[in-house]
Amino acid sequence: MNENNQEMIHLTPEELSFANTDARLTDKKFDDKPIGYLKDAWIRFRRNRSSVVAACIILAIFLFAFLTPLFNFRFDARFLDSYYAKKGPRNLLLSHIGLADGCVDRDFTERGILRVAAIGVGAENWDGRPVSIAEGLESYYQPIRKVSGPEMKTDARTGLPRELYSAHIDTYLEVGFLYKSVEQAEYARILAWQEETGIRVLYPLVENNEFNLDSTDANFWYKARGNDAVHVAQDGTVTRAKYSPKTVLEDNYKRDANGNVMYYEYTGGGTFETAQFKIRVLYYNYYRYVNGFEPEYIFGTDSQGYDLALRMANGVRLSLLVAVCVSVINLTIGVIYGAIAGYYGGWVDLLLERISDILAGVPFIVVATLFQIHLAARVGAIPSLLFAFVLTGWIGTSSRVRTQFYRFKNQEYVMAARTLGARDRRVIFKHILPNALGTIITASVLVIPGVIFSESMLSFLGIVKLGGSSTTSLGTLLSDASSIWTNYPHLMIFPALVISLLMISFNLFGNGLRDAFNPSLRGVEE
Amino acid sequence: MAKYVLKRVLLMFFTLFVIMTICFVLIRILPRELPQEKNLQAVILQRWEALGYNKPLIVQYAIYLKNIVTAWDFGTSWYIQFREPAWNVLTSRLLPTVLVNLYSLIFSIPLGLGLGIYAAVKKNKWQDSVISTLIMVFVSVPSYVYAFLVQYFLYFKWGLLPLTVLSLADAGGSWFTWRMFRSMIPPVLALSFSEIAGLCRFTRAELTETLTSDYMLLARAKGLTRAQATTRHAFKTAMVPILPMLISSFIGILGGSMIIEQIFAIPGVGQLYIKSINLFDYDVFMMDTVFYTFVSLLAGIVVDISYGFIDPRIRMGEK
Repeated sequence: MNENNQEMIHLTPEELSFANTDARLTDKKFDDKPIGYLKDAWIRFRRNRSSVVAACIILAIFLFAFLTPLFNFRFDARFLDSYYAKKGPRNLLLSHIGLADGCVDRDFTERGILRVAAIGVGAENWDGRPVSIAEGLESYYQPIRKVSGPEMKTDARTGLPRELYSAHIDTYLEVGFLYKSVEQAEYARILAWQEETGIRVLYPLVENNEFNLDSTDANFWYKARGNDAVHVAQDGTVTRAKYSPKTVLEDNYKRDANGNVMYYEYTGGGTFETAQFKIRVLYYNYYRYVNGFEPEYIFGTDSQGYDLALRMANGVRLSLLVAVCVSVINLTIGVIYGAIAGYYGGWVDLLLERISDILAGVPFIVVATLFQIHLAARVGAIPSLLFAFVLTGWIGTSSRVRTQFYRFKNQEYVMAARTLGARDRRVIFKHILPNALGTIITASVLVIPGVIFSESMLSFLGIVKLGGSSTTSLGTLLSDASSIWTNYPHLMIFPALVISLLMISFNLFGNGLRDAFNPSLRGVEE
Repeated sequence: MAKYVLKRVLLMFFTLFVIMTICFVLIRILPRELPQEKNLQAVILQRWEALGYNKPLIVQYAIYLKNIVTAWDFGTSWYIQFREPAWNVLTSRLLPTVLVNLYSLIFSIPLGLGLGIYAAVKKNKWQDSVISTLIMVFVSVPSYVYAFLVQYFLYFKWGLLPLTVLSLADAGGSWFTWRMFRSMIPPVLALSFSEIAGLCRFTRAELTETLTSDYMLLARAKGLTRAQATTRHAFKTAMVPILPMLISSFIGILGGSMIIEQIFAIPGVGQLYIKSINLFDYDVFMMDTVFYTFVSLLAGIVVDISYGFIDPRIRMGEK
């Protein structure tokens, strides 16, 4: 025993007094705000950098899908230009930094390069004066942007070595000249427009004689014979023209008695109003005349000549719409079904489980096909696709919810609630379901990439047939491209890129949500 | 265990029967088109009469079931292979599908397992994060995108392999020639990317979980090296869910991938499905539907049963 303990303090009552008689003592208020379940999840989610990035990408794709049709004043979904079909991305602003210039690299034989170079020359020599190829290469309408060669290369088609020019050419300008048939009034309008803007649309017609290689192709304005451009001397001797900067191609323009070039030709029709005139136009400028702007498509055009950016935006919008609808509907059905099965248990559970087992056994592709065949004609392709997704899609959610109910339904707080007289509905939705909230939200996000993939696969396989210019899907775009994409890679690259990005970001986003709502499950796959 | 297996198998056949009934009704009530030509019309109408298409649906279904039970007759193909039994049409397409998917599995299982194990062992190091990122990308990107990439690089860019799978005649009359194998490499690769990534993700997740459990600590405490503890204790436990998954993918090779078969022109079950819809060859369509349903149900119960065999702790159904 210590001596200190023995020591006693002797106090008299007078020495004692009350402390803090005038102050009210209460619990101290928290400086921080309380952190609830959702807020806690949000804090955890924010810390997961890849998920945040994924969410931003999803947002960007969302904005692309919904804003592109709104802010595209030039085109609407029905805007179609069949001459500019399958063309690559072209944007005049971006082309300054070497992006989206609408160009491709291609190898040409001497004949081929001459034919392309002649488009630029033909755009300059409209008054019939001689223009050399070097001058033609300077033209704004010259498809050839860069050319080198000739070099000995193996021809891709024949496999034989050949002298080839490699050129960087603008595929939009490569369309060159076209013959059109217009009425007098239209002709007058074009002339007036030409006058007003100073942009030349009309070009001289070509004589249909022995030197015209193809009377339907307006690009053969120069004299040629047997596929080669030629010079015709005064005495009628014919010499072959070679491709070189100094070469001046001899024009084959239609001229009147005074030697002036002719811009139109009467081809038929009775009265003044209905008479048809054949004209030759530079299509690039004709496009400007019709639409009022130069052809610019940021992602190029699709196989029919629609703007690919718009088509893709429509496709993404459809995919997202279907996916979100499916997710919401499946969620509702799955939660109610799983809640009933899990809460009541017993024979109810057994029966409901049997039904969902049978439904889960039907392969999705079969469901989708049967719904398409039976319903597509009656209610449309997209609603029947939705039905197919909904028929079996909710089973995953319902089984997850059911498990949660089995876990929580016998806990003390639930029994307490029941003892206090809470009805089944209240116990289910107020007391047990909130436990499954994280799982449900995560599942509903992770459903989305699956739906997007299945939808694109079904439309790719042609099981879902989407018609019309404004309804399309990424799968349809890919399947349109699948036979021709090696020549026009942009048709495949952009839709494939968008769908891959969508899938990756939704998966990352969903995983981030799962980790946020249920940190103990981090890294565990379902 | 035997009782449990029997119960599951019976249940599977019950489910199959229900699904078959629904599909039969849905397919039989599909509109049938008659050709324009008068003579052909008469022939087809007579054929329908003879096949009992004008009887009530329930009678038709009874005939269908009777034919299956007595003669193993699932109907006849009228368009894809004229007058060939639907069963024969299906089985003749089975081999290409199975071969392509089998090659892909043989290629991807070791790679997927290996990479998954490597990532789990190197958890939270840079190797793990590289593999995990790649997994995320490869799992998410749709398989047809790989198909196009493979076609682009192997055929157009480098010219190493053919664009599509060769026909039987081109490959020397057998599915097992070297030429045939070579032409199957592109679809096999296209299938493998997501297969490898999926397997790798699964392996990594399972192994990570076992590596952090308490008995691993005990194993280390009793003096095993890390490698010994991992190979002797962690792998065994991690394999419990992985093995059934592998088994189910082996059954899944029967079904194959429709989209890959379409892109690479593989004359398999998936292509047959698309063809039968497009040509309105309903008996073949029904056959293919039954087949797909059977495969998916079979995969399900084999997984459940194999769990019980592999891990005595999980003997489901046993009280």
